[in-house]
Amino acid sequence: MSKTETFRSYKHRLDTALDNRFLRQAMDNFAVAYRTSRQNAFAGMDVEALIQKVADAKAGAIRNNAALLQQFTANAEAHGIHVHVADTAEDANRIIEEIAQKTGSKKIVKSKSMTAEEIHLNRWLETSGIDVTETDLGEWIVQLRKEGPSHMVMPAIHLSRFQVADLFTDVTGTDQDPEIERLVKVARKELREKFVDAGMGITGANYAVADTGTIGIATNEGNARLVTTLPKVHVALVGIDKLLPTIADALTINRILPKNATGQAITSYVTWITGPSECTTVPSGKREMHIVFLDNGRSRIAADPEFSQVLQCVRCGACANVCPVYRMVGGHQMGYIYIGAIGLITTYFFHGLENAKNLVKNCTNCGACKAVCAGGIDLPHLIKQVHARIQDEAGHPLQSLMLAKVLKNRKLFHRLLRTAYLAQQLVLDRSLADRSEPSRTAPGSGAGQPSDTGFLRHLPMIFSSDHNFRRLPAIARIPFRDRFAALNQPVDNPKFTIALFSGCVQDFVYPGHLEAAMKGFARHRINVIFPMDQSCCGLPAVSMGETAAAREVALQNLDAMDVNGSNYEGVDYIVTLCASCASHLTHGVPKLVKNYAPEKAEAFAKKVVPFSVFMNDILGLGPVSGPGRKTAFHSPCHLCRGMDVHQAPRDLIDKSGNRYVPTEEEETCCGFGGSFSTTFPAVSREILTRKLDDVAGSGAEILVTECPGCVLQLKGGAAQQGRDLSVCHLSELLFP
Amino acid sequence: MTDLAAVFAQKASLVSAVVHRAVSRAEAFDRAVSLLQNSVPMTPQMSNPLLPSAGAKEAAARVMAAPNLGTADFRYLSQACDTAGNIQLLQNGMRDYPGGIDMGLTWAEYGIADTGTLVIASDSEEIRLATMLCEVHVAVLNVSDIRPSADDMVEELSAMTARTGSYTAFITGASRTADIERVLAIGVHGPLELHIILVEEE
Repeated sequence: MSKTETFRSYKHRLDTALDNRFLRQAMDNFAVAYRTSRQNAFAGMDVEALIQKVADAKAGAIRNNAALLQQFTANAEAHGIHVHVADTAEDANRIIEEIAQKTGSKKIVKSKSMTAEEIHLNRWLETSGIDVTETDLGEWIVQLRKEGPSHMVMPAIHLSRFQVADLFTDVTGTDQDPEIERLVKVARKELREKFVDAGMGITGANYAVADTGTIGIATNEGNARLVTTLPKVHVALVGIDKLLPTIADALTINRILPKNATGQAITSYVTWITGPSECTTVPSGKREMHIVFLDNGRSRIAADPEFSQVLQCVRCGACANVCPVYRMVGGHQMGYIYIGAIGLITTYFFHGLENAKNLVKNCTNCGACKAVCAGGIDLPHLIKQVHARIQDEAGHPLQSLMLAKVLKNRKLFHRLLRTAYLAQQLVLDRSLADRSEPSRTAPGSGAGQPSDTGFLRHLPMIFSSDHNFRRLPAIARIPFRDRFAALNQPVDNPKFTIALFSGCVQDFVYPGHLEAAMKGFARHRINVIFPMDQSCCGLPAVSMGETAAAREVALQNLDAMDVNGSNYEGVDYIVTLCASCASHLTHGVPKLVKNYAPEKAEAFAKKVVPFSVFMNDILGLGPVSGPGRKTAFHSPCHLCRGMDVHQAPRDLIDKSGNRYVPTEEEETCCGFGGSFSTTFPAVSREILTRKLDDVAGSGAEILVTECPGCVLQLKGGAAQQGRDLSVCHLSELLFP
Repeated sequence: MTDLAAVFAQKASLVSAVVHRAVSRAEAFDRAVSLLQNSVPMTPQMSNPLLPSAGAKEAAARVMAAPNLGTADFRYLSQACDTAGNIQLLQNGMRDYPGGIDMGLTWAEYGIADTGTLVIASDSEEIRLATMLCEVHVAVLNVSDIRPSADDMVEELSAMTARTGSYTAFITGASRTADIERVLAIGVHGPLELHIILVEEE
């Protein structure tokens, strides 16, 4: 975690974590258990409405931050509390050290504070010769191990009871059993004397209530109560983002924070301190109380229209709990100080570009974090934005620059794909011309081509061996765009007129998905328009941090898809078979072009529908009889979370004459994530394996999904791992 | 039992609090004394200067602290302790018992039904220490002081927290941690047990 960690060394850390069997098991158990406990904790509540309420309260407080700070300070000072404002981490450390010196505090007890971690407070104080003891059990454990926390609310989740027992044996000088109840009692005993001996207690705060000058602290162990009761001095270190107008706001957040963090209805203790509170060991009878408000870049974030929502974070850690990457590699690999999706973002602001540049790439863009965020933060979007900013500041890597250049020029892009088809002939595996299809119409289409050209025999030399976890599909000899004219049948009295958006993967790699759909469209009297000037949706450019290129491509597509210049009046829907395209066209494009073509983008986005929604909900496709094969569904992240589509594809599986069988974690990422799977192949492989294991557990013969990226990952993975499973797109299942 | 009290009792028991019912304060205090008599003697976490050391011959008295009772209530409890015998009842001086005490008995100002939470005005250091250094915390709560949710008592909470020097505690269940392997363990720093006695006076 040094300042200059190279990408290679970061990847090495990831590999080490992937090989840590205890960590993997612990993370896996947690990921599964968390989902259920969160669901139970919120049972019967309108979670969306509550999140919105929290987001509004926090956003309002951020807008009025300066006024709230002033109000809090006035009230707190009237109570007799000393209030300090620290612009930087160093200022805060110095202020706290000075308080310790002035009060003659040689021994300090602390309750858990991520803000103190943020400024490396312990290191600073220890360097000044002060003895600091963390009193939260998990924090104490990681402090003794000279580590940082690996989760915002469960700091030692990466450690086993055996590791803790060894550690406590060292600390106490007596053998300690690896029995959790007893280990907890060791901490109870060892830390009691620390509380009694300490001259000063340091806490963080979850809430700073301006209208009364009160801080609120949530803990389960109750250690914050002792930290703020036994020592004669109390210092609270509080980020300015914790300021809220009233206790009603704090109570609103407190309704969601523990539920989202650990699935608890409320933490065992919530402590509201207005202070200075009674302390019988000092002559005045009142504890000396200081509040140090920390800025450390927060004002800069608050002033940034794009990023101000980052401060809506309530530090529940849920974004890590549901992150497929965190689950595989643990928190030390998924943050610098702050862990999880929010950590990927705040590291850049609090700890600089150097510490953020590798981390920020480690995101599959699955959106699971956004779906659970208590503060309603668009985390995946902001991660991509940080990535883009880092590239703008530190320089764009050649690969990313080339991608941007190529994507901006559709003709060049498509010419390169056609050339790639020729180049791959050297590595094409004809023997495997796709036996994994559920029912292959051999030379299927009007274009006279088998719709799927199989896998590459081996990977081109530019890939290293760790990319070999899935077989890569070959580029089709004839892309969909060249087959369309032959496939397109004129329709009398069409039920609907649609514009088809193919996306580049289906156009050039999996034209079979679109061919199958074309059969269905013809059968159900759908008039199809395929605008030839359409290009990549632009999501890959966003993923690579190439915002300008993504915007340019978005504008090109907005024009290309507006076939007769009527602002999309000429078509009923714009249908795509790629969930990632659907989500990006609907949500990403309007954001990208908001200063260029906001109305057009809105009109466009309204027309975009995923294939399953069109077939099931709009067209109302009826059931057909069929073989009733057990069919599992992998829900693409950009379908279930990106487009909020859940039922339509599952209904269509049953309507196809097959039988939908549920699998565990259907809505969890498959590990593809576009460029993620080539940047972090080892992590991608592990997420994929977990997914395929879940599918195997369902006993399904067929695995269906609705995104060509997921097909690429799942089909290539199933083939490489020799699994007895057919993988196909929903369109192929419906119209074989 | 009102509906609110039933919800409160159900939610509190979800976090392993033991909920009792009493028809009067007197019954509540008697219950606390009998809970103390039936509990395991506490394990001191460090030496308590005023108590005989662990190796002493005569059985140490059980220690109960009741820092926030009114005069009449404290007198009643004191008599109940005397009748039971071998109980040392404290009203203050908790700093002399850093190693811990057997039981802390407190009034709770309010109950919050939807989370099974006690609200205890803990401005006094004695209350904070009694409820943290005890192995068993017994809280006595009037049924009429139970509110549906924290959101329904913003006014009361604002008033409590606006006072200079105020220290307001929400307590839900016993002190707990899941910091080692996410396994729930009770009593890391504070009480190992929480008992709540709901009083429904006529």
